[in-house]
Amino acid sequence: MKKLNKAVSLVCSAAMAMAMLAGCGNAESTGSAAGGGTFKFGAIGPLSGGAAAYGNAVCNAAELAVAEINEKGGINGYQVEYSKEDDELNAEKSVNAYNTLKDWGMQVLVGSTTSACSIAVSENTKADNMFQLTPSGSAVDCVKYDNVFRVCFSDPNQGIASAQYISDNNLATKVGIIYDSSDVYSSGIYQKFVEESAGKNYEVVSAEAFTQDNNTDFSVQLQKAKDAGADLVFLPIYYKDASLILTQANTMGYSPIFFGVDGLDGILTVENFDTSLAEGVMLLTPFAADAKDDLTVNFVTKYQEKYGETPNQFAADAYDAVYIIKQAIEAKNLTPDMSVSDLCEALKSAMTEIEAKGLTSEKMTWDASGEPNKQPKAVVIKNGAYVSAQ
Amino acid sequence: MNLTKKSKDNLITYGIVVAAYVIFQILSVTGNLSSHMKGLLVPMTYYAVIAVALNLCVGILGELSIGHCGFMCIGAFTSAFFSKVTENTLPSALRFVLAFVIGIAISALFGFLIGIPVLRLKGDYLAIVTLAFGEIIKNVINAFYIGIDGKGVHFSLKNSMELGLEPDGQLIVNGAMGITGTPHNSSFTVGIIVLLLSLFVVLNLVNSRDGRAIMAVRDNYIAAEATGINVTRYKMMAFIISAAIAGAAGVLFSHNITTLTASSQYFGYNASIMILVYVVLGGIGNIRGSVIAACILYLLPELLRGFSTYRMLIYSIVLIVMMIVNWSPKVIEFRKRTFGKFSLKRQ
Repeated sequence: MKKLNKAVSLVCSAAMAMAMLAGCGNAESTGSAAGGGTFKFGAIGPLSGGAAAYGNAVCNAAELAVAEINEKGGINGYQVEYSKEDDELNAEKSVNAYNTLKDWGMQVLVGSTTSACSIAVSENTKADNMFQLTPSGSAVDCVKYDNVFRVCFSDPNQGIASAQYISDNNLATKVGIIYDSSDVYSSGIYQKFVEESAGKNYEVVSAEAFTQDNNTDFSVQLQKAKDAGADLVFLPIYYKDASLILTQANTMGYSPIFFGVDGLDGILTVENFDTSLAEGVMLLTPFAADAKDDLTVNFVTKYQEKYGETPNQFAADAYDAVYIIKQAIEAKNLTPDMSVSDLCEALKSAMTEIEAKGLTSEKMTWDASGEPNKQPKAVVIKNGAYVSAQ
Repeated sequence: MNLTKKSKDNLITYGIVVAAYVIFQILSVTGNLSSHMKGLLVPMTYYAVIAVALNLCVGILGELSIGHCGFMCIGAFTSAFFSKVTENTLPSALRFVLAFVIGIAISALFGFLIGIPVLRLKGDYLAIVTLAFGEIIKNVINAFYIGIDGKGVHFSLKNSMELGLEPDGQLIVNGAMGITGTPHNSSFTVGIIVLLLSLFVVLNLVNSRDGRAIMAVRDNYIAAEATGINVTRYKMMAFIISAAIAGAAGVLFSHNITTLTASSQYFGYNASIMILVYVVLGGIGNIRGSVIAACILYLLPELLRGFSTYRMLIYSIVLIVMMIVNWSPKVIEFRKRTFGKFSLKRQ
């Protein structure tokens, strides 16, 4: 028995060693001039687990954009190769995903999808001096380094814009807030919103938190807002939780104005959710899937054809991100045989010069800090569709 | 040399770790190691360290703890806090050593505090209480807002606005957003040193008088008590050491990635159970097994990246197969019949 165990453990450890070496075997093809003839774009996002909807949206839309670009002859005549990796919403795995893509020969990173992962990965892209454009990493620290830019609004910007909008349009006198304290995105917006609310023409009367561990019953939070007399409830959260809040508010007979940010986009697609409850909900979002301009129509139909879903704002951000990189590469006339670091330097300066037009804004510009300058759009849900609120 | 069987066994364990280190260093220096693999080395070491810690608790002490990631969380947060505060005032080597001291000491302290109520229980009850404590730690840290400015440390459990920081103040722990920008100090070498040290501590403890007392408590509580062993003391001792080592794993963890959040995927009970899986698959009470199992099981989903979304399915199947092959009595019997004649003729 003892001997057998020894033998088995020997065999096992030998096998393990072999497996490890085999794993290392696929030697680095990274080099400086990877591929030579093609640009290599990588994307990272949670493709499995609870947040898979976001990661898949980003990775699918980036894939779609790359396919379109290749169809039309590529960038500067060079085709684009694309690869995606899963990070399971885990910063550690996101770094692993980044390293995998680096081994594959990635030259430009579209990612990571979520804030914490994006921050962790930016540490590595900084070290490698690789250009990183995160479609949806909205925390302030995501663009801490000069090689990282983003497409979406930052959390504070959304908080400020929301406070500004509510005050400018005299939407309310008493505001209640329900936010997710376990989520970086939600608490980031919440913090800035409260700071910005000081001195505005409304008053924040309740601010109640929930976490991802107890996001099924919101009656306590709603009751507090109701008791405090809030006539507007600010929901800086994702749409899944918001759909429950709307349903439960309806059951309670509480009907304030619900005001959300871009995370609320997608609320009309929640399964088993009575969309009539969302009537009158206002949200600040850069993208509405049923807008009628050519760009959006083209994107939405193609996306639906290929993936069978209506794209959300994550997808729109990622689609824009790929085109922004294309524009930046064209602006500087870059070629794929340049080293990752040279590409990064050139793209960094290109980003501050270009003026991009995309799904999420008519006009986007960047400064060296990596933050985009674009106008938020407010929409209101009427008859089950987004209508511009202005 | 006149080595006992035990110390020979221990030397093999150290040998495996050192050999793995040398092999990977050679591969890395000669440029044969992919960046993906390089990135996996540090996580592998800290998961091995925490598996060793948990094996001390589960295998040697015989108490099932499913909240061990809570101690890792404490180690991670206290050390990251310290490193962040002293980032510009201390040289990085000294700071990292002090971060270890602080992370380990505070985890041990919490191990002690939590051990007082927990170790009064046994079996399933103890497991459930450790689970609860693990969750409490995670959720409490999620509610912390700590900032530092010219006037000193500000603390709030409500939100960052309550802190009233001066404009030049620095927000260090920002609730659910945790600590960002911890200096990246962990390296494979440091990880291996920590792993060797924790192996040294645990293996020596097991082979000492205290270790035998701990195992006596595990094997027969009443008999141990009757022979005059101070049961509480030894249980506490093993639990605190286990918590301290888990804290060391946390220090490595927090200094390896720059965003540290007390969220479920790192420190929740799922993560704790994953560590428990490492321990059980590696063999309860078998320290070397824990190290090997932790490395394999951490590597597996990463090496299976080629299968994209199917890798989680494959990983789960591999877990089931490994569990059956290793532990099912029928399979063990079958293995003995089939491979018995090939076993090495030694000893």
